[in-house]
Amino acid sequence: MKSGRRRTARPFPWRRSLWIAFLLAPALVVMMLFVLWPLLSAFRFAFYEFNGLRPTGFIGLENFRQVLFEKPFSDWTYNALKHNVIAFFALMVFENGTAFLIAFALLKALPGHRVHQVIVFLPVVLSAVIVGFLWKLFLHPLFGLVNQALALVGIGAIPWLGNESTALGSVLFANIWHWLGFPTLVLLAGMQRISKDVIEAARLDGAGDYVLMTKIVWPLIAPSVTIVTILTFIGSFNWFEIPYVMAGLTGSPGGATDVLGLYFYRTAFGSTTSGIQDFGQGSALAVMMFIIVAGVTAIALRYLRRREIEL
Amino acid sequence: MKERGELFKNGAIQLLLALNAVIMVYPLFVMVISSFKTNAEIFSSPFALPASFSLTNAERVWNETNFVRYLANSVGITTAAVALILLFSTMAAYALARYRFKLSALVLVFFLSGMTVPLKLAIIPLFIQLDSLGLVDSYLGLVLVYVAMGIPSAVFIMTGFLRTLPRELEESARMDGASELRIMRSIMLPLARPALVIVAIQNAVPIWNDFFFPLVLITSDNLKTLPQGLTVFVGEFTTDWGVLFTGLTLAALPITLLYVVLSKQFISGITQGAVK
Repeated sequence: MKSGRRRTARPFPWRRSLWIAFLLAPALVVMMLFVLWPLLSAFRFAFYEFNGLRPTGFIGLENFRQVLFEKPFSDWTYNALKHNVIAFFALMVFENGTAFLIAFALLKALPGHRVHQVIVFLPVVLSAVIVGFLWKLFLHPLFGLVNQALALVGIGAIPWLGNESTALGSVLFANIWHWLGFPTLVLLAGMQRISKDVIEAARLDGAGDYVLMTKIVWPLIAPSVTIVTILTFIGSFNWFEIPYVMAGLTGSPGGATDVLGLYFYRTAFGSTTSGIQDFGQGSALAVMMFIIVAGVTAIALRYLRRREIEL
Repeated sequence: MKERGELFKNGAIQLLLALNAVIMVYPLFVMVISSFKTNAEIFSSPFALPASFSLTNAERVWNETNFVRYLANSVGITTAAVALILLFSTMAAYALARYRFKLSALVLVFFLSGMTVPLKLAIIPLFIQLDSLGLVDSYLGLVLVYVAMGIPSAVFIMTGFLRTLPRELEESARMDGASELRIMRSIMLPLARPALVIVAIQNAVPIWNDFFFPLVLITSDNLKTLPQGLTVFVGEFTTDWGVLFTGLTLAALPITLLYVVLSKQFISGITQGAVK
């Protein structure tokens, strides 16, 4: 950028081309080296056997066969996949459902609504590591805030993160607390775009809040619902940080919180306990996750777009 | 009668919002007050205010951990990555928005398709790539990954914004014999400042908070970022909750303060892309 003296006068077309090339070059080079090339390699590597960092030989679909059909890998894969699917539906119902209610409440623009917007979005700007550790401390069986509060009303200590039946739900709860503000404000923005005339007309026709919410607002924010759904799906299938922080690399207890992101990381970069790492299998998992996310997103997008028109 | 119903409904809404606000803020409030408490206080009276606002925990974080180093690393890495994203993306966006040339449509599509790529899933080849360049366990490697991740959407936003600037501005400057660089720097870019702020926040927040890439790419303790450092820290002080809450509070403090001051820009920066 120190080319202050460069004169790019118009009569010289090659100078113009050079100037354009100079503007594009840094971004293009970075993208090719660190996005395009790794991405293409990611697909290639899934078909190779690895020795440490080096691909040693083409083995066809062997890596896929192992993670899909060979025990114990396949058990881990399906166990993790199941939790990703549960996470998606749980987040759709509890996170996005709550977000819709809060957004609708904020739409009324009662006194203080701006402060409430800022508050609901506050945890979103914090790192998942902070949020994860904070809730891990709060959910501690003996000294955690949650059980101490329950003790006040006479409920005995529950080992939230130590119990197979409550661990995934607890981790999901922390995730919802972390992200709630995001869908809330996206849905609110969708609601605010509905023209005032439409709402006024419905009100004059005698529509109450419930009718307004279900018959007017809900259909008209379909585009926002589409985006929130897709982002929730991508988020649930790339889920990694909060489970890692709260339940550890192996998805404790007993794999009850294992998700594909953790399993992929463990396979590729070794778990603290086993120390085994396998870039080939890891690449196969990454390709499968990519196909799930890209495939489902594409299909869902078509379905949801059609729904937007029908509604 | 109707008035009354309305009043009741508004009361219910305010109650719902207030309840939500408590759920959002109270955990953070407890985190902050616990950072002034001793372990015994936290365990025996978790809801009470601290007996005294002692800074013992903060002193221990300062003296016994690498916290300040992690903080400095995060500041440096985020600043460098965001600066490079702004520089490279604005250059490319400027070329795409203000000039007509043969491959421009193709180049734009190339950048846009980068927005859909989850780079996390390409971490294995990325790791090998960085390793062969000698960039594993270095600031530069991590920064370049963030720059690559940030460029596509930044180019998208900047191109869209720069296109809206009127052509007459640059035409008249060109008539006066100003160089292309001068037109870009002195006429166009000052007008693009609002878009630059949005792009900066949109990138700075996820980079500042990122945990995955440092986890894979950084191993030396002296290079670790704040979220990554927190995991070290928590491992060392497992039973010392006062120190743990202090670490979490101090880690949350910088971005929370910025957010309170710039909440509007934060919200539009982070929801940008999902809100059209």
